[in-house]
Amino acid sequence: MANMNLVLNVWRQKSANAPGQFVRYEAKGISDHMSFLEMLDVVNEQLIERGEDPIAFDHDCREGICGACSLMINGQAHGPRQQTTTCQLHMRSFKDGDELTIEPWRAAAFPVLRDLIVDRSSFDRIIQAGGYISVRTGAPRDANEILVPKTDADESMDAAACIGCGACVAACPNASASLFTAAKLGHLGLLPQGQPERMARTRNMVSQMDREGFGHCTNHGECEHACPKGISVAFIARMNRDYLKAMATQPVERDNDDG
Amino acid sequence: MQKALTLLDTTVGKKAVMALTGLVWFGFLVGHMLGNLQVFLGPEKLNAYAQGLKALGPLLWGARLTLAAALLLHVWAAFSLVGRSVAARGQPYRVKKNPATTYAALTMRLSGPLIMLFLLYHLAHFTIPGVAMSSSYTHDHNDVYANVIHGFSVPWVAALYVLAQLALGLHLFHGAWSALQTFGLSHPRYNVLRRHAAQGIAGLIVLGNLTIVIAVQAGLIK
Ligand code: HEM
Ligand code: FES
Repeated sequence: MANMNLVLNVWRQKSANAPGQFVRYEAKGISDHMSFLEMLDVVNEQLIERGEDPIAFDHDCREGICGACSLMINGQAHGPRQQTTTCQLHMRSFKDGDELTIEPWRAAAFPVLRDLIVDRSSFDRIIQAGGYISVRTGAPRDANEILVPKTDADESMDAAACIGCGACVAACPNASASLFTAAKLGHLGLLPQGQPERMARTRNMVSQMDREGFGHCTNHGECEHACPKGISVAFIARMNRDYLKAMATQPVERDNDDG
Repeated sequence: MQKALTLLDTTVGKKAVMALTGLVWFGFLVGHMLGNLQVFLGPEKLNAYAQGLKALGPLLWGARLTLAAALLLHVWAAFSLVGRSVAARGQPYRVKKNPATTYAALTMRLSGPLIMLFLLYHLAHFTIPGVAMSSSYTHDHNDVYANVIHGFSVPWVAALYVLAQLALGLHLFHGAWSALQTFGLSHPRYNVLRRHAAQGIAGLIVLGNLTIVIAVQAGLIK
């Protein structure tokens, strides 16, 4: 087991409105078996022992499924490894003596709450804008009564893999939420259950995405590269297609279009 | 629940405007290049082609107005979106890597305005007498061929055109690639093809234009 010493430049900010700055820390005796977050835990223990404020960062499942963890590590969302969340990133991806710059996601629609924690509720509001899907109530229906072609089911599940972490926004040079919104739209839009409200949902979610102040998509592809779930920008093409179709076929909102 | 935004208030709608107006200009650029390549067929052919265009009268003006309108819309959407994009990041990163994108994509907001400046210069060059021609020559509205030869025989003018074409090439490459995605015309299976098509059309326009400038400089056409 190899131990390493690292230098961290960490963004520290007391509260949403306080000014922030980078603070330099030394992380000593870090095992390469640790995850990135465990490394920060070690640094935080030392800070607490010294009577200093620990570095605040988001985390929950620590197994790559909840989407809580974040962090811009040396200019890359979730660090240097593809399809890996920060909690799944092992310190063996770094070497002794490395200097790491750790920043929060940067987007006007993701304001910093404290240190490395940002407020991602703009994502929740985009999902809310999607509204409901129509389901038949009453007597239960037979299981698997609604047939879903295998390829559609697979593609829909690829979109559903989105954990809403926000790495796409963080990595995008325009801070665009197109990949997130497109994944959520693709997820329902590919299934029969998502068809009745598909056009209204696309229009409403795209509108909310823009209202939150995210940037536009210029097709850099940084989002797909940074996405810990490897979600394809093909979903953005699908969103654009559906949005333009929605505006061409149902340009005027109907009363029951709101979700 | 708030009302949905109108088409032109959304980023997707504005991108569609950019893509559509960009494609209008793609059409023009291909035609413009092919038409001008007739310089290699000699003075009679090129001057006859120019006379033919002029004879179109209102049709020609219709095309010019369409192009001007398309350009205005394109630039309007560009300014509006780029402004949004800058505000959307807010505080910039201290360290930011962009491993996936291209140089062309990252410099769209630079190559665009450069094309605009070049376009204005280019229009002045071939319509206003006395702009950047070789010193012994005066511009002649009825002799397009001579204007081209004298215009491109000045070395710094030729250099400027070459540089402008490089900016144009970058803009067109990412533009073509991006516009198809904006319209939703993309699929992982055909993306390699889409990339080659974007490179192909951008390369064709740039190379076609450049052969004229280079041929004049090399003395291949006089
Ligand atoms: C020969 C003329 C031009 C052509 C053929 C052209 C073509 C295009 C195309 C096809 C796109 C892609 C649209 C999309 O992503 O869907 C684009 C984007 C862009 N164009 Fe142009 N364009 C031209 C001139 C200009 C000019 C004069 C400007 C600015 C003054 C400009 C600024 C931009 C910018 C900033 C973008 C990227 C916008 C973004 O970040 O989304 N373009 N252009
Ligand atoms: S903490 Fe849950 S995905 Fe990283």
